[in-house]
Amino acid sequence: MNTLNKNEIENTKSKRSKIIGLSLIFFGFVIYLFFGLGIEGQATFRLSRPTDPFALPNLILPAHSFIGLSALLIAFFGGRIIMKAPKNFTIFVALSFFLAIAAFLVWATAGKSFSLTGMLQATVVRAVPIALAAMAGIMCERVAVINIGIEGMLLAGAFAGALFGSIFGNLIGLVLAILVGGGFGFILAALVVTFRVDQIIAGVAINIFVLGITSFLTSHLLKSNPELNDAPIFKSIDIPFFSEIPVLGSVFFKHNIFVYFSIFIVIVSTYYLFKTAYGLRARAVGEHPKAAETLGISVIRTRFNHVIIGGMIAGFGGAWFTLGSVGRFDEGMTGGRGFIGLAAMIFGRWHPIGALFAALVFGFADSLQQKLAILRTPIPSEFLAMAPYLVTIIVVAGIVGNAKPPQAIGKAYVKEN
Amino acid sequence: MKFFIYLSNYFSNRETIQEIFLIPVIATLLAIFLGLLLLIVSGSSTQIALTALVALFTGSFGSLSAISETFTAATPLIFAALGIAVGFRAGLFNIGAEGQIILGGMAAVVIGFSFQLPFAIHLIIILLSGALFGAFYAFIAGWLKATTGAHEVITTIMLNLIAYRLLDFFLRMPAIQKEGRNDPISKSIFETAELPRILYLLDPNLRVHMGFLIAIVAVFFVYWLIFHTTIGYEFRAVGKSVEASKYGGINPAITIVLAMSIAGLLAGLAGACQIAGVLGRATPGFSAGIGFDAIAVALLGRAHPIGVLFAGILFGALIAGGRAMQVSANVSLDLITVIQALIIIFIAAPILIRKLFPWIFK
Repeated sequence: MNTLNKNEIENTKSKRSKIIGLSLIFFGFVIYLFFGLGIEGQATFRLSRPTDPFALPNLILPAHSFIGLSALLIAFFGGRIIMKAPKNFTIFVALSFFLAIAAFLVWATAGKSFSLTGMLQATVVRAVPIALAAMAGIMCERVAVINIGIEGMLLAGAFAGALFGSIFGNLIGLVLAILVGGGFGFILAALVVTFRVDQIIAGVAINIFVLGITSFLTSHLLKSNPELNDAPIFKSIDIPFFSEIPVLGSVFFKHNIFVYFSIFIVIVSTYYLFKTAYGLRARAVGEHPKAAETLGISVIRTRFNHVIIGGMIAGFGGAWFTLGSVGRFDEGMTGGRGFIGLAAMIFGRWHPIGALFAALVFGFADSLQQKLAILRTPIPSEFLAMAPYLVTIIVVAGIVGNAKPPQAIGKAYVKEN
Repeated sequence: MKFFIYLSNYFSNRETIQEIFLIPVIATLLAIFLGLLLLIVSGSSTQIALTALVALFTGSFGSLSAISETFTAATPLIFAALGIAVGFRAGLFNIGAEGQIILGGMAAVVIGFSFQLPFAIHLIIILLSGALFGAFYAFIAGWLKATTGAHEVITTIMLNLIAYRLLDFFLRMPAIQKEGRNDPISKSIFETAELPRILYLLDPNLRVHMGFLIAIVAVFFVYWLIFHTTIGYEFRAVGKSVEASKYGGINPAITIVLAMSIAGLLAGLAGACQIAGVLGRATPGFSAGIGFDAIAVALLGRAHPIGVLFAGILFGALIAGGRAMQVSANVSLDLITVIQALIIIFIAAPILIRKLFPWIFK
């Protein structure tokens, strides 16, 4: 019985590696066919601006040979997976994915020039709301509350940031946006913890409510008083010395406070969740609330606190849309970033640092579509705009099977008397 | 006959009368009240709020044309909400109705203007194609859930966002964009593809169309499907417990894909009905959030087809009344969205309603 099972497992494993290997070979072939054939010229990637203190030369790649080489390498990885059936082929798949994107970029840039540094900088900026949404999700899900309402909390934060920022200045606007986010966190907690509403329904209701109320207030308040929708934005702060490092300086150290604070939040929440007694208690509530209660932890209070903190992080992330980028609010301007953040949380396996890297992947997809629009590729802009959403689906579908959420997720806790 | 026995059983229990009747009514009234309060808080005078309230009622049930508008708005909501209800029964939360409506509507438009066919045949084909494309779009999410475990809430939302972009692209395609127009708008469908207006003889301006009757047929079909077929039993079994259904010999993966596809089929019909019955062509916002309103309708109807029918009419009334409110009191239609969200919250939290009005639930 046992040996049979073992054989079965071995069989499915080699079958899987065959399928993945073959699809990689096919993938490499397709890449050459679509991007490599008939392409000429060189792709010029600008690494720094001429005004930078240490200017780097441009990276110039011959398009046809680069794409051909990438396609060959991908096919080679595929062949290797089939021949050797290695235990862990994630690395090869990831490398192939990276090469495919590089080939695509070279194809899009062939005969033109493209600022690579600019795109990477945009990647970091665009990752901010996604990373913050993911942090908010982690805070809630670690105590076993699913927060589908993050999208709504982002939108509420964006609106509050624009409105209060216009009245009181950006700093107070930011604080109030965080408080509004926290307020919606409180409402969610009250609904799901106290009134034991289905967590997903409560989250969806919050999303619809915020979409409705912000659109309503936009048309009733902001349209007639445009001065209430014109908040001063946070200027970017160059970190001295670090910002002068070529490439890395512009990518990481020339941003506004949202980027720096996001990294700060990631570090603090990692430390909090995994190195402090409070974090341990929170995780206990998420894994086994009954056991946690037996040990004297108040499940209800823990859940309330964390969902409120999650809401505040989402409110901060929402303020990025207005105070951190354009200064004005538009209806539904968050564009699904809250949901993408949830996907980043799953991709990052409910760990802040993992979620941050996942958010960077999504931010890359987001900035890619934005920057490629400038290059005038034959791909219609609508399809480029789908990139972040497609990546989300692929990630959720490809990762979720292996990732485990906290044990008690989605279940209301009924205290026994 | 069976159905009436079921109904009488359903109503015999005091608690269920509260559950299915009292709570939705209180929730709706409370939500409308809070919506008007919001109107006053945001700076409108009490006078305007009262005008809005009156318009909300007269615009939905005040006259024959108002009732016609209510039923017209209710039609796609009933279709899409039936789909969402089927999903709920199988334990699936389909937020993708909006995208499925868009896909269904796009298919309907193409079929509607590309072929010249005899009246009845054209109509049937346009509805079928809408249903098919909606089903296909939902199938993607169901298939991903069944094979990889990807949560349908996230995948359907992403598919919605993708559908919006697809529609934008679609409306700019030379084969589809109306000749001589620069803005994204499709060609109009042929008259043979239009759903006839029911009350045409009474007054040609009454917009309520055949789709409403088809929606009522769909209500009974879904009722039969959920409660009187093996497939429906399997949906409910998987919805209650995936593990237990496995031991009962049900293949949850197939059930999930099937439930999702049927949900998409109904949402696709909603899109096709909007095109063939009301709009006649597609524009960027033609889905008008129906897919999201339908979630509230399905919840309000407690995922029961008959409940969905009444909840759909109520929401149709809210939309028709909301439009009247927009005209007479200059109140944005977004207020209706706020009211809908409040209704969902109150319906989903019956404990909250019981605590707020303890004297009603003695």
